[in-house]
Amino acid sequence: MKHPLLVFNEKGIYCQQADVYIDAWRAVDKCIVTHGHSDHSRWGHKRYITHRRNVPIIKHRLGDITVTPKEWNETFTINGVTFSLHPAGHITGSSQVRVEYKGEVWVFTGDYKVEDDGLAETFEPIKCQTFITECTFGLPAFKWEPQADVFTDINNWWATNKAEARTSVLFGYSLGKAQRLIKHLDTSIGKIYTHGAVEKMTQVIRAEYDLPPTELITRDSKKEDIAGNIVIAPPSAHGGIWIRKMLPYVTATASGWMAFRGARRRRAMDKGFVLSDHADWDGLLSAIKETGCEKVITTHGYTDIFSRYLREELGYDARTEKTQYEGELNEIETEKEEEA
Amino acid sequence: MKHFAKLIRTIDSTNKTNEKVNALAEYFNIANDSDKLWAIAILSHRRPKRPVNTTLLREWATEQSGIPLWLFEESYHIVGDLAETIALILPKTTKESDKSLSQVIAEIISLREMDDASKKAYLHENWMNMSYYERFIFNKIITGGFRIGVSQKLMTRALSKSTGIDEDILAYKLMGDWTPVSTTYTQLIEEENPSDYLSKPYPFYLAYAVEDGFQESMGEISNWSFEHKWDGIRAQVILRNNEVFVWSRGEELVTDKYPEFQRFLDHIPNGTVLDGEILPFPDGRIGDFRDLQTRIGRKNISKNLLAKTPVILVAYDLLEWQGEDIRNKPFSFRRKILDAMIAKLNSESIGLFLSSTMRFEKWESAAEERKRSREKRSEGLMIKRIDSSYQVGRKKGDWWKWKVDPFTIDAVLTYAMRGHGRRANLYTDYTFGLWDNGELVTFAKAYSGLTDKELREIDAWIKKNTLERFGPVRSVTPHHVFEIAFEGIAKSSRHKSGVATRFPRILRWRRDKKIDEANTLSDLKDLIPK
Ligand SMILES: [Zn+2]
Repeated sequence: MKHPLLVFNEKGIYCQQADVYIDAWRAVDKCIVTHGHSDHSRWGHKRYITHRRNVPIIKHRLGDITVTPKEWNETFTINGVTFSLHPAGHITGSSQVRVEYKGEVWVFTGDYKVEDDGLAETFEPIKCQTFITECTFGLPAFKWEPQADVFTDINNWWATNKAEARTSVLFGYSLGKAQRLIKHLDTSIGKIYTHGAVEKMTQVIRAEYDLPPTELITRDSKKEDIAGNIVIAPPSAHGGIWIRKMLPYVTATASGWMAFRGARRRRAMDKGFVLSDHADWDGLLSAIKETGCEKVITTHGYTDIFSRYLREELGYDARTEKTQYEGELNEIETEKEEEA
Repeated sequence: MKHFAKLIRTIDSTNKTNEKVNALAEYFNIANDSDKLWAIAILSHRRPKRPVNTTLLREWATEQSGIPLWLFEESYHIVGDLAETIALILPKTTKESDKSLSQVIAEIISLREMDDASKKAYLHENWMNMSYYERFIFNKIITGGFRIGVSQKLMTRALSKSTGIDEDILAYKLMGDWTPVSTTYTQLIEEENPSDYLSKPYPFYLAYAVEDGFQESMGEISNWSFEHKWDGIRAQVILRNNEVFVWSRGEELVTDKYPEFQRFLDHIPNGTVLDGEILPFPDGRIGDFRDLQTRIGRKNISKNLLAKTPVILVAYDLLEWQGEDIRNKPFSFRRKILDAMIAKLNSESIGLFLSSTMRFEKWESAAEERKRSREKRSEGLMIKRIDSSYQVGRKKGDWWKWKVDPFTIDAVLTYAMRGHGRRANLYTDYTFGLWDNGELVTFAKAYSGLTDKELREIDAWIKKNTLERFGPVRSVTPHHVFEIAFEGIAKSSRHKSGVATRFPRILRWRRDKKIDEANTLSDLKDLIPK
């Protein structure tokens, strides 16, 4: 039997022919990294290969690493296997990885969304035979509203809070969600303030992307100056004493999980906006269809349910592989946040 | 429908009570009388009879969504609410309903009479002509159980805000068997009724829990009166103008649920308000809280239930006497009257008991008494300053509760279940077993009590150590020992272990223990009070 082009071993997704890993969760010699979230770009690999725009992000997170930058669609061949990176639309600089060997093509999505968010490079469908896909929100109960509608709600919320002389504190993961929020806030309403973790990451991303001005909240920031404006902070900052400077304030969180009433209500936030950097049900299905693939491997999220649907209802050769990717769970709360 | 949907959406998107009240009051200000009446009815759990069974509802919703039934069931399990699941999985629309709330409900009522084909056609048409929130509410009304984080109390407060009618009077008006079909908004809410003021209770005074080493800051022990802390329903029983009213601590009028207290009328004078605890009293002794649960849940109290699980009132304070509010008098004064009144009666024959007061000379003696709590079927001790007035709400200083420590036992993790919503990808609900003849017998389910970090660690372990999968449940290799705490314990024929525990929760992860060091079922049974 022929050895599969990519296998899932105890360290990550492995291409034996090229002796290269993709998004390995244990330290390896050579690793292609799809994007900067901590469950995909782990510390300790000897060499990293990633998109040019992800380089400053992972360097910021992982420090002094050896990394080879690549452009979109730039092919590189290792022992006869041809690799290339293509936009995944998840966060800035996030890639899908295309792997080709002797006419066989596999694509690994990392994390992705199909909607153009106006900041991350738009998801690009790639033809392949085997499609390895995340399915964080792989249930028909997840159907996102167009981003423009969600931002209308967010900006209205901010404007209303401001009219009531309250500060808006909006929580989002410091890499990705925070910059997407910052990008689309209506700065005619007021100023955008940031928590340290968000500010640092935003400065890194600013080098390549156009973002409205933000101001870091420091010990010297004056309460009166912040009042009525919006503050972008990582979820881990919720409940800390840091937030007292914002009094009186209103809190909100932006996440795909907010689609569920239970999640909204348990979250001890005043408001929940349904905004995700992952594909929803229809997004996943359309992405799969556009690849023209026959085989699908689901990696993280509602993997068993989603692959059963693909198998039984749509006739794909679909199965699940165990990985250590965490999808948006990781983006809601993570210890790594503190050190960012 | 539009306004009501907006209301529910606003309520859903805030956890601030004031904002909920404001949104409700705003709704009561703009809605017409028949919509208002239905809104009140729905929020006080008076819904129309279910016109379609949930099996058909699921079938028709999946048909319209184009997904298989198993996928609907999986989604339902993860979302956790049927009405919400249906609203989510149906194709998206951009429409809004142009019907009023009362019109939609009238249609739902008449749906009962239709054949299945017409019901299905009605649902399919309406689902596709509603916004997401309208759909959700529509499904909620059909399936019943409209629990959306609005208590009757909160609704009453909003209605009071909108109408200017006193909250307690509204609570009284909203009691009983009315339905929007049997009454009108004017009759129910606006018309004056001379008996409205009769039932008015006093706000409850609530105690704080003591902290470790509290004895040092309490001063002279002779300033304090002690009682056992009873584990039932805190209640005021009001006797005025030859009527009895029973209010529970949520300040809900629950007179109908406890007909036993009607007997007080022949023995206790008008103008009396008692503060105490409703306790179950099967077989002539204090039962446990589970007995009471069979009473709390029921709207109709059958003769059978009354005979099987009668209740008593254990009185511990007197707030009104001979029509006079005596809450500002010292506790010792109020208790003197209460004790004397009850002493004169053959009170136990009418289900009225006294919570005896105790005095101690040393904290050690009080601690000894606290240790006897479980055999006395109490939860610990109450400590009240003898000269304290009866205050409003939870106030520090004069009333304290000194609860017994929870029961604890070391058990083995045997099964795990996925959480809901945000935690739907994590295994957060656990089942624990105790040893019995070399086997692990399930004794409790628990979920809270772990840190996020521990939760993720155990979740990762579960995913790697699964023995079998049953839908959302996985059995796991017995390996981890957890210390489980619980508040109460009783024999139970409904549990495989023969034991029911109350409020079981994870106290800590005992990484230091191997599974053969976990407790046995007979260790657990030894904890049952004799
Ligand atoms: Zn990611």
